[in-house]
Amino acid sequence: MWSLENISNTIDNWLHSTFNGTTVMLIEFLIIALLVIGLFAVLGLVLILMERKVSAWMQVRLGPNRVGPGGMFQTVADTLKLIVKEGMTPLKVDKFLFNLAPFIVIIVSMVVLAPLMFAKNFQIWDINIGILFITAISSISVIGILMAGWASNNKYSLLGAMRSGAQIVSYELSAGLSVLCIVVLTGSLRISDIINAQADGWWLFKGHIPAMIAFLIFIIAVTAETNRAPFDLAEAESELTAGFHTEYSGMKFALFFLAEYVNVFIVCAIGSTLFLGGWMPLHIGNWAGFNHVMDYVPSFLWFFGKTFFLIFVIMWFRWTFPRLRIDQLLNLEWKYLLPISMFNLILVTVIAILRWHF
Amino acid sequence: MAFLKDYIKDVLGALRSSLRGMRLTGYYALHHKKENITQQYPDNRDKLVLPERFRGEVVMLHDEKNEHACTGCTACELACPNGTIKIITKFDITPDGKKKKALDTFVYHLELCTMCNLCIEACPTNAIKMAQTFEHSVFDRNKLTKVLNNPGSKIREGVE
Repeated sequence: MWSLENISNTIDNWLHSTFNGTTVMLIEFLIIALLVIGLFAVLGLVLILMERKVSAWMQVRLGPNRVGPGGMFQTVADTLKLIVKEGMTPLKVDKFLFNLAPFIVIIVSMVVLAPLMFAKNFQIWDINIGILFITAISSISVIGILMAGWASNNKYSLLGAMRSGAQIVSYELSAGLSVLCIVVLTGSLRISDIINAQADGWWLFKGHIPAMIAFLIFIIAVTAETNRAPFDLAEAESELTAGFHTEYSGMKFALFFLAEYVNVFIVCAIGSTLFLGGWMPLHIGNWAGFNHVMDYVPSFLWFFGKTFFLIFVIMWFRWTFPRLRIDQLLNLEWKYLLPISMFNLILVTVIAILRWHF
Repeated sequence: MAFLKDYIKDVLGALRSSLRGMRLTGYYALHHKKENITQQYPDNRDKLVLPERFRGEVVMLHDEKNEHACTGCTACELACPNGTIKIITKFDITPDGKKKKALDTFVYHLELCTMCNLCIEACPTNAIKMAQTFEHSVFDRNKLTKVLNNPGSKIREGVE
């Protein structure tokens, strides 16, 4: 049967039979880099269009409908415009940091892609600490944001960056704790182990109510971590013009914009991997017939379907809720999400020890 | 344990009200065709019907003999809040040898106009009115400065 796994294996075998080891590795690095950049470009175009359409529909508007059929090429046109725009550096900024910051943000999102599993046995790097790697690397992006805010030499940028720092430091905790719930249930940090553990049902259903609470907290926390509304204090338009990327224009701004959407994709991919079984089709216990039918849907469709469903949910949040004030934001984390997720982790541990999960 | 009860009530209440909000936006997202209130840009020029009081730009009415009703009284110029209209007058010699003030050039700066309609209300002879055009973008700013009276036009007989 046709699958991404077969294609990658065929290419790998062909390269190994043609070149020696080092060359193969270099060529595969190149292929992976191209694939990642291609995925980024496609995700940027698709997600921004999706966001604009979803927001329009939720606000009883039409959304982009002029460029191409149904406005399909709107984001392509926007990207072309951003590419040909002048990459301006304001006069009194810290030039080195100012130009470095967008690249740090985008490189962090690229690196986080490494342990993600896009389809059955289709993964860039299967490391045994996959989830830890993702949580560790994704917190580096706040350095890029702080760098952009500081280097811009603009009080709004700096305020936005500081808020972003406070926000990410707080929400990492409950996101991490809800990720830990699944790690406790699975007993492994490796992404492929976590997915294989869900072969007879997703953790969201197998882990009873604590898993659902963990899922809810995870979704709320990652919405905050990606700096999206209702937690978009870092770039609160009405207060801080555009927050940390006020001074950016052209392609450097586009990199920040792209990183935001790719980060949304990544956190949703992690959420679908942990709670919804990644590429694993919907399997229910021992119903062999039902499970067999579900296996006919290709695994990458399952993965992207779940991920895009979660992205839709996060967009749904954005276009429903008003923005929180900074004290409300920190209240929500430290007084509600963190105690609940700590208590929840204990419950999950009890479930895991007593083997109450299915 | 009262605080714990309040705490749990808080959390559940927040969840419930959040879900209520999401239900509304979710309903809109699924029924966006039915609920849509956006007016489309008027592409259908042939069938387009604009409201009677639509204000596009100021025009001067001329009849088939190329005559207008403007006496050059500058009431519109005085009524305009932002200096959009500039009236240049001249003196006509009437057949019985008297000098009479008349309109020479009616300069209208579309780029300054806010379509407030005050000039039309100020006009004592109904010489100007609001047109229904709405696509005013040009490549040269000078094209926005218009002369409203046609070349060679003169005031209609009997309009004072």
